[in-house]
Amino acid sequence: MAKTKARVKTPKSVKKGEVFEVKTLISHKMETGQRKDKKTGNKIPRMILNKFVCSYNGKTAFSADWHPAISVNPYMAFHLKASESGELEMAWTDDDGKTVKKTAKITVT
Amino acid sequence: MKKAYLGVLTIAAVALVTASYVTKAYAADYGRYAVDDRRSGYTYATKETQAIQDDDFENPAMIWVEDGEQLWKAVDGNANKSCSSCHKDAVESMKGVGATFPKYDAKLKKLKNLEQQINICRTERMQAKPWKWESNQLLAMTTYVRHQSRGMPVNVSIDDEAAPFFAKGKEFYYQRRGQLDMACKHCHEDNAGHMARANLLSQGQINGFPTYRLKWQKIGSAHRRFRGCNKNIRASALAYGADEYVNLELYIAWRGRGLPVETPAVRN
Repeated sequence: MAKTKARVKTPKSVKKGEVFEVKTLISHKMETGQRKDKKTGNKIPRMILNKFVCSYNGKTAFSADWHPAISVNPYMAFHLKASESGELEMAWTDDDGKTVKKTAKITVT
Repeated sequence: MKKAYLGVLTIAAVALVTASYVTKAYAADYGRYAVDDRRSGYTYATKETQAIQDDDFENPAMIWVEDGEQLWKAVDGNANKSCSSCHKDAVESMKGVGATFPKYDAKLKKLKNLEQQINICRTERMQAKPWKWESNQLLAMTTYVRHQSRGMPVNVSIDDEAAPFFAKGKEFYYQRRGQLDMACKHCHEDNAGHMARANLLSQGQINGFPTYRLKWQKIGSAHRRFRGCNKNIRASALAYGADEYVNLELYIAWRGRGLPVETPAVRN
């Protein structure tokens, strides 16, 4: 896909202390750097998302380092527990240092 | 007296339920993914793969559906039109359309499939360049249009003008080819449900196409799948959109008649 598209799914409101699931999906070609261009024989340079960070109200809540074995269009789901309302911010960083961000609001009742 | 009457009724009802269960046990196992002895590829997939398809969020092919939705409204070509200029809202106008392709085109005097119909619209009505086969745009649009028929039964016409092309497609299906000298039917009719080395062979139904294949790591058309099959049996693959493949597409769609359109499905 030409444009990188990120999607995040969370419950809109959660009870205080409740464990909830956050699902994320981003479109990315995740070029491993191992493949050769069939026509020229040159290696295709690596271009993957190498860092995923989820922060809640500015504080890192979950993060992951990704390596070339991560699939195309990476899907990541994880669980969090919130004690106050706030904003989740997902950030994916690629090998060029470019970051794609996506936010989701969560209300704690 | 009344109680006894009710009791008899209950027994009768139980017997009726049991009888219908036994006769329909086969279909009941796979729910809506099987009609008579026709089984969608979904029923051959692992539970994990099925789970990806079942959740629209998790299903990576939905990215193409979203792309298609944007392309639907995008103006292109000299006529200054988009798909929505003629067809309005795809959710209504394209409902059930994808389930009827391939179909006969009186002008071309042969079959056309959905991809070809999209490009006919582009060149004739929009005066735009046709999209390349397996390009992200054509995949996105095909997926988006066929997605509007999701859950509806595959319902292709094989009568009248389509009949000779259907016969050709059937002939192709049973024709041995390639160095392994195999026809489609040797895997998908005679050996569906058996293993070919590490792969579980399915009936080769195409109701879920365009399908997100985990192996491809992207969505792909039925013709890409046909080419892959042909290469697997060491036959030379035909071009995308070749008449032989479109005829075959009609025949295979008919083999899966009544199965629900699953676009975009997820397979291994």
